Amino acid sequence: MKLEKNGVAGTLESGDIMVEIRPSEKQGINVELESTVANLFGRQIKQVIIETAEKCGLENVDIIANDKGSLDCTIRARVTTAALRATGGEFKW
Amino acid sequence: MNGERLRRTMLFVPGNNPGMIADAHIYGSDAVMFDLEDSVSMGEKDAARMLVYNALKTIDYGKVEIVVRVNPLSTPYGRDDIFAMVAAGCPVIRMPKTECAQDVIDTEKCIEEAEKTAGVEIGTTKILTAVESALGITNAYSIATASSRIIGIALGAEDYCANLKTTRSQEGTELFYARSAIVVAARAAGIDALDTVYSNVNDTEGLIEQTKLIKQLGFDGKSIINPRQIAPINEVFRPTDKDIEKALRIIKAAEEAEKRGSGVVSLDGKMVDKPVVMRAQRVITVARAMNIIGEEV
Amino acid sequence: MINAVKREIPESLFEKTGLKPYVPGENEKLLPRSTETFAERSKNNNKITSFEEAVKAVGLKDGMTISFHHHFRDGEHVVNYVLGKLAEMGYKNLSVAASSLTNVHEPMIEHIKNGVVTHIETSGLRGKLANAISHGLMDDPVIFRSHGGRAAAIAEGDLHIDVAFLGASSCDPYGNANGYTAGGEETGACGSLGYARVDAEYADKVIILTNNIVAFPNVPCAIPAKQVDYIVEVESVGDPAKISSGATRFTKNPHDLLIAQTAADVIEASGYFYDGFSMQTGSGGASLAVTRFLRDKMIAKDIKCGFALGGITAQITSMHEEGLVKRILDVQTFDSVAAESVKNNEFHHQIDAVSYASPYDKGSAQNQLDVVILSALEIDVDFNVNVLLGSDGVIRGAIGGHPDTAAGAALTIITAPLMRGRLPTVMKKVNTVITPGWDVDVLVTDHGIAVNPARPEIEERLRGAGLPVTTIEALQQEAERLSGVPDDLPFGDKVVAVVTYRDGSVIDVIKNIKD
Repeated sequence: MKLEKNGVAGTLESGDIMVEIRPSEKQGINVELESTVANLFGRQIKQVIIETAEKCGLENVDIIANDKGSLDCTIRARVTTAALRATGGEFKW
Repeated sequence: MNGERLRRTMLFVPGNNPGMIADAHIYGSDAVMFDLEDSVSMGEKDAARMLVYNALKTIDYGKVEIVVRVNPLSTPYGRDDIFAMVAAGCPVIRMPKTECAQDVIDTEKCIEEAEKTAGVEIGTTKILTAVESALGITNAYSIATASSRIIGIALGAEDYCANLKTTRSQEGTELFYARSAIVVAARAAGIDALDTVYSNVNDTEGLIEQTKLIKQLGFDGKSIINPRQIAPINEVFRPTDKDIEKALRIIKAAEEAEKRGSGVVSLDGKMVDKPVVMRAQRVITVARAMNIIGEEV
Repeated sequence: MINAVKREIPESLFEKTGLKPYVPGENEKLLPRSTETFAERSKNNNKITSFEEAVKAVGLKDGMTISFHHHFRDGEHVVNYVLGKLAEMGYKNLSVAASSLTNVHEPMIEHIKNGVVTHIETSGLRGKLANAISHGLMDDPVIFRSHGGRAAAIAEGDLHIDVAFLGASSCDPYGNANGYTAGGEETGACGSLGYARVDAEYADKVIILTNNIVAFPNVPCAIPAKQVDYIVEVESVGDPAKISSGATRFTKNPHDLLIAQTAADVIEASGYFYDGFSMQTGSGGASLAVTRFLRDKMIAKDIKCGFALGGITAQITSMHEEGLVKRILDVQTFDSVAAESVKNNEFHHQIDAVSYASPYDKGSAQNQLDVVILSALEIDVDFNVNVLLGSDGVIRGAIGGHPDTAAGAALTIITAPLMRGRLPTVMKKVNTVITPGWDVDVLVTDHGIAVNPARPEIEERLRGAGLPVTTIEALQQEAERLSGVPDDLPFGDKVVAVVTYRDGSVIDVIKNIKD
């Protein structure tokens, strides 16, 4: 799916994750993650971000994420919202 | 008043706050209401909707009744909210600012569409209406009976008072008519009556006073904005030992009547009406929820 | 022979006993008589000297062990001042034995790099110093001791202190030192000096640092003059605002309140809630709030607490003042309201760390506890508790009196949220064991209660009261469902710290963490 603009969602509150999605020169989905729980869950958080972005049909994007200990369901919500904001697309409920 | 589901407290949780959404169910309120409406700014409606959708799909909220307050259908967000929540399996949708029966009918139609789209059995999703205006109070009974999905009717006092051109007082004089109208409509329709929030979290005495008042008026419970309000409200709804003892005797008499195949329940030589049996069941449900009596009794 | 006061003493006595005849002026240690007024003597003939003179006079040498206390908490200035001076004077290879170290001790990093400090013994480490040590800053592993374990090690001679540098909020010219100023203006009161009193009693030499020299006799006092060699007047021993300010506040965090309410319900139903019971509560959010809910129960049931122990807060002292807590035994005072209480209330008594938590004395106060409420960074399915090592593998806490009071109390309750954000608190294996699971009876979380299977009678009582009892395995699984299975932390092979149990035996080690 094509990005119309950068998409941002989420906050820096505890338990949340701030996600920014930008079009990228690079191939694929490139995740740059900063997390308060990076040592223990960084790998899993990245995986959830990538899976969600793929589900949203994103390709060739940079995703900059700043995580404050969010759960997987929050990560999925924020990535999806950022993707919809970036593409102007609608979610199929 | 269905006798089984308790709705003494409904904890209000802003829909765009992941930290609060993750474990709103642990505090022991009977219901949790995730809010997509007033607590979410215009620019974040999409984010809150997506967040609550994912939370409902993922988190096991146990026995707590989950309610989502959606935006009115008259806004650009209402329809999406309903589709998202139905798809996520939300059991109860609270519709704000209900003015008349047609609002309920429109909402029901939208829910039905959403249920078809999501492949959910038609009729699964229940409705809790909230009346927040003079017109809504006037139409309370027709609202309460507008759909078989309706489980309760709630009062939203802030908008109502503004609409009445008055302000809220500690005694709640300005709400007497609205409260009574809602309870009467709810009872006539056979659904629950739920009171508005008590917004001063630090004033436990005031909360207790108000809860005593609305309990006496006939309400089933209140919306709350902080977990600290749960214990004082439950205390007000706590049945006395005498109430429990009497309720147990009534239920025993009813069970014996059923065994005999008789529709007539009698206790101490007097006939006991069906509403009295139902009230007794309610007392036992509350007593069990508060661990006053065990399950086996 | 005839002695100096013209009394005849048989010579044979000296041969037989080794005693010596009285000869005026012969014993140089005997202080000469003075005809100055007491005021003049206080001024001219006291123990006050410069820092450098004091250090030389006590004979501090490279390689020796120096000690400090942490009663000034995050306002503490003494450690940085003393190490800075000793570095200037060229000292190397010193061993620092502090009762605890906090965020303010970051300058120690440079002293370690420069070889001024080569060994550390402490109850806790925080901030950048902890981070650097976790990453392998020191060759020698840090030795962590509990408050009771440290006190016992010092008293038994296992931890020998050559020179104790002890900050005091007031001190007279001869060394009667205290954590507040009795009958005078406060310039930074910390309340009890419980930990420092052990150092003062057992160290070879004791130097008091104070910003507040008061008239003799500074009584009541925590440290008596007889234990003090020198006094150094300094501009500041600590920042009064950070030593203690106001009353430790009750949490408004709904998780903490839920946990605290449940913990109070647990105590009420446990069988240990009776008139005259004894308790200790921690200063953390949930455990502090337990006192509030317990207070209501005490009033409702007309139950008084015989004594409250520990780190003392305004909540405990106000219950003391309203007659609900009969006596307070205070090893460490947490806020200025409580510090005022130490000063003013006859039965708010400051005790030293040996009397508080010696593992060897039946009479130590922690051995008289009915109930202790403690916190946890992590707790595992065997009820082992970690309060020292962060979930990221970096040291960020303190042992404190955790294992001491857990072992001493008849009922040990751990309060902790099931999760902190995404971090699970209840896990399969804690990263470091501080308090072994057999000293832990009940875990109270915001998602339910777990009782150690070793205490079936407690579980029965809690279930009987309708409390939400589950198993610790169920709690662990619930946490894991929400968080996922955490990856292993990237530890290296170097032991950066040793965790000792109360008797000094090794209960665990901490390895360096890699980025």
